[in-house]
Amino acid sequence: MDTFDLLATIIKVVIVFVTILVTIIILGLAERRVSGFMQYRLGPNRVGPWGLLQTVADGIKFLFKEDIIPDNVNRPIYLLAPVITMIPAFMTFAVIPFGVPLEIAGHTVKLQVADINIGLLYILALTSVGVYGLVLAGWSAGSKYPLLGGLRSSAQLISYELAMGLAIVGVIMVSGGLTFNEIITHQQATSWNFWKQPLAALVFLVAMFAETNRLPFDLTEAEQELVGGYHTEYSSFKFLMFYMSEYANVITASGFMVCLFFGGWDMPFIDEKALGHWGVVLSVLAFVSKVGFFLFLYIWVRWTFPRFRYDQLMRLGWKVLLPLGLVNIFAVGLWMALRA
Amino acid sequence: MATVLRTYEPRFWDRFYIPALLQGLFITLGRIFKRKDTIQYPESKHVPPEGYRGLHRLNRHEDGRIKCVACEMCATACPAQCISIESSPAPWEEGEERYPVKFEIDLLRCIYCGFCEIACPKDAIDLTEIYDFSDYTRDSLVIDEDGLLKVGDITQTGNVYQRHNRGEKVELPLAR
Ligand code: SF4
Ligand code: SF4
Repeated sequence: MDTFDLLATIIKVVIVFVTILVTIIILGLAERRVSGFMQYRLGPNRVGPWGLLQTVADGIKFLFKEDIIPDNVNRPIYLLAPVITMIPAFMTFAVIPFGVPLEIAGHTVKLQVADINIGLLYILALTSVGVYGLVLAGWSAGSKYPLLGGLRSSAQLISYELAMGLAIVGVIMVSGGLTFNEIITHQQATSWNFWKQPLAALVFLVAMFAETNRLPFDLTEAEQELVGGYHTEYSSFKFLMFYMSEYANVITASGFMVCLFFGGWDMPFIDEKALGHWGVVLSVLAFVSKVGFFLFLYIWVRWTFPRFRYDQLMRLGWKVLLPLGLVNIFAVGLWMALRA
Repeated sequence: MATVLRTYEPRFWDRFYIPALLQGLFITLGRIFKRKDTIQYPESKHVPPEGYRGLHRLNRHEDGRIKCVACEMCATACPAQCISIESSPAPWEEGEERYPVKFEIDLLRCIYCGFCEIACPKDAIDLTEIYDFSDYTRDSLVIDEDGLLKVGDITQTGNVYQRHNRGEKVELPLAR
């Protein structure tokens, strides 16, 4: 790795990290304002123009709040849990490509922090590590509601990870590779996986909502039953870390969805690679707007559907999504065998 | 006539929930573009309905004399006992013989029942539509005679919140 690559990588890391942070800030505000709009309200609109600085104000508030550590927590694990949740949440975006490779002075810079050959598995593995944070947070808090929340999250994430994995298998079968670039290039050459495997896309979408603990699957923090779920006993900055990792996970899941089923940075009917630098700009724009749509979908769904009951959640995961995922794999295999 | 019980019979597609889910999504999406009910206080303020019982006022005769004759009917009727009046012979020649030198209402003890308004034989005390008076100390929420007369002057020319919403500048007493 020469100096240029090293420098390019560092710059990409900084850009991606800052972009995720800024998106979290925007998402925090969008969540509240869109919620307001859907309920005939205006939402927070006082801090800064259109309330743009509201999330910043919230962040500052979190920093200055008293940091309470309850007496009977398991201290080391209690302190570690938010970190365990947050680090994987920010790491997962590293393998998601957000544009066509950029040509600078004879070098090719991939618009992706790390192009590793097991990209898909990397994301699945890290999101599973993130679950440990939730479980440990619930377990170490020494209080019953967080414990229930943590248990629910582990059961829920295990169930839906399966369905998610099965949905991805179909995509891997048609594109023949585990890296995002192979998957996207394949979609660009043919058509988006969404048109070819709508069933897998649907299963993945539902599993994605469950994996990120968002409504209608936010059983882990069901506030009516569990006060706040796994983060009930957390305050101040530690709470903020959970909050940020939830949003970071939402962003990564949206990017993941876009790459797998909606062509990643591919803009339909345009060959980005032939357009030079403008192609790069276009592809990044395409990626950002697609991810933006899914971020909006998260908020949109949140205010439309009621929360599942726990047994309904489990039934949906094991009796509906899992068989559907298997059916999809079978159908794709059959189709490939008949075409070959 | 027999009662017809309507039961929900899902059709074939309803069993997949997809049409219902999409329908729900479009309802919430449509709401984004509808008119919002939010009243952006303090730029615009809620106008309470007629007969709202808010801050008190003391009324004047046309020539500016206070209508109150310090009979203490209101103070007697007041269930919260928050009105205190000091009576004195009136300084003017014509008209009523007595008037209040001190007329105080403890707004924090008042329960806004409106009994004072009903008890008054002279139509001297009323409850107005003003609701947004607040302050940082208990002392400043004991309103005196001058304050009550000032409220009377402000509220004579129509609902203060309607005027405020029309862009008129209305100095509310007590309100910060
Ligand atoms: S409104 Fe009722 S409580 Fe208040 S001053 Fe009048 S009589 Fe007393
Ligand atoms: S306000 Fe009315 S009831 Fe009260 S003392 Fe004056 S005249 Fe009497």
